[in-house]
Amino acid sequence: MLDTDPHATGSWPAIRTVGIDGLLVSFGDALNEPANRAALAFRAALDAAAIDGIEETATSLVSAYVRFDPLHLEHAVLTARIREVLKTRNWYEAPLPHGRRFFEIPTVYDASFAPQLEQSAQAAGLSVEAAVQSLSTARVRVQTIGFAPGMPYFGTLPEAWDIPRQQGLTPMVPDGALVVAIRQLVLFPVPTPTGWRHVGQTAARLFRPDDDDPFLLRPGDEAMFVQVTPEVFCNMRDTDPMGGIRMETIP
Amino acid sequence: MSGLIVQRAGPGVSVQDLGRQGTLAFGLSRGGAADRQAIHEGAALLGQDASLAALEMAGAGGVFQARGDLRIALTGAPMVARIDGRSVAWHASHALPDGATIEIGAATAGSYGYLHVGGGIATPSRLGARAAHLVAGLGEPVQAGIDLPIGTDAGQGTGDKLAVSNRFRGGDVRIVASLQTDFFDKTTLQRFENTEFKRDPRGNRMGVRLASDGAGFLVDGGLTVLSEVITPGDIQVTGDGAPFVLLTECQTTGGYPRIATVLPCDLPIVAQAPPGAPIRMRFVSLEDAVAAHRRWIAELASLGQRRERLVRDPSEIPNLLEYQLLSGFISGDEPQYSGDN
Repeated sequence: MLDTDPHATGSWPAIRTVGIDGLLVSFGDALNEPANRAALAFRAALDAAAIDGIEETATSLVSAYVRFDPLHLEHAVLTARIREVLKTRNWYEAPLPHGRRFFEIPTVYDASFAPQLEQSAQAAGLSVEAAVQSLSTARVRVQTIGFAPGMPYFGTLPEAWDIPRQQGLTPMVPDGALVVAIRQLVLFPVPTPTGWRHVGQTAARLFRPDDDDPFLLRPGDEAMFVQVTPEVFCNMRDTDPMGGIRMETIP
Repeated sequence: MSGLIVQRAGPGVSVQDLGRQGTLAFGLSRGGAADRQAIHEGAALLGQDASLAALEMAGAGGVFQARGDLRIALTGAPMVARIDGRSVAWHASHALPDGATIEIGAATAGSYGYLHVGGGIATPSRLGARAAHLVAGLGEPVQAGIDLPIGTDAGQGTGDKLAVSNRFRGGDVRIVASLQTDFFDKTTLQRFENTEFKRDPRGNRMGVRLASDGAGFLVDGGLTVLSEVITPGDIQVTGDGAPFVLLTECQTTGGYPRIATVLPCDLPIVAQAPPGAPIRMRFVSLEDAVAAHRRWIAELASLGQRRERLVRDPSEIPNLLEYQLLSGFISGDEPQYSGDN
């Protein structure tokens, strides 16, 4: 249900209901960099506002989601509060939230670990070497986490990578697989069938249910999938619980 | 510590509670019991907190033996149950003395039955809940040979029953418009409300498919909708036009358009509907939905007062008034609990 119809008025952000206990503040209807930044920044602002009755917040690609108790916080009241926060600035130009991290994730791009690198490079109009160069030096951001626990969507890759998903599904890619489509990269927390193309392999463990901090990545974090040799990769995979990943806080 | 020894278990038995909060941002959905109402009913029957974990049994139960004197309650989809060979009532609490065995067979209606134990099942809490979230790789199905730890039982008394709404055969389900309802035109929405769906055999804790005769409910451009947040109860229309009602273990985001969202108080009807059961959807306003939710929450809170002694038909009891005084329960002129209609 639309509070204001953004399609009719062309006006974003839009506030819509999600079921009976959710509101979604959307900054667009297509994925783009400013809308993703706006969603991340706006969610952080809502968390900071600590509005009584809000039970959980999250972000999707271009939206911030709020789940609340509608018996203690009326829709109209929360909508008004959200409007107030929206008015405080131009969210498309807002700086990204503090506390984000940068991850250097060792990745092996050799054909034996990345069976679809060659066809992906071809689809992107690149040589295999140029494709690896492009993927391994792109600094990408976690645009959202979703679908499966700890599963990140990274963007935005250079335009050449605006390649479609495959028609059919790859029956199974292993956990830690780096896959590509539509200028995004995804890392899989568990072995899974997918329509995305398998272009690299990492030893990242994205969801560790028994750890104090069970999720490796958060929305807004940044990453680079640096190239390593199969030997280095296998060694890190087998001996380092972090899979060779290095992390630093973004100042 | 007492325990519940699993001698045999059906394929869909798992430890469940009310699930997790605060993990949506990390891609982990709430999870927990497919029929949340049943968790509250079990807690009411045993006079304990609804946060305690129980065994959820999809389709059929198993054989479970008490290690230590236990109190148990049976809720959700009625199943054939025997304690040491003696038939026992569903929607009721019973004693399961040390060494006694309860055998729980197939569901006679509905999909998910629950076995609650006084003190709750005390498997380790992970990320704030004991609920197995099998899709996420959290926890595992309960299998024969396991000795489930049972928490300290602070309550007492068994032999109570609870009159519950019949949510085990499909029925009318209330829905509200949600973020993408406007993507569907009026004619499609009307047709959606006028369709008698059948719960498709394809279904699990992630969601159930609704089958119907006639055209599907696809929307123009529906396959290119930007992926958005999903909440349990959302009805997504997939590529073949069939609606899927998403349940407790749903994914956290999805790109199929959502036509509406089922009210939390009516979601147990969908979760419990056995394959082939009829389901009809009816839009209500957000105001009415919140009011219905308010009534439901109040009813869940008052379930404990609605317990009755598990006895013969009241008309057969010689001195009803005396019996009630002795048992300490008031009943008779209270409205029969009937869900939330």
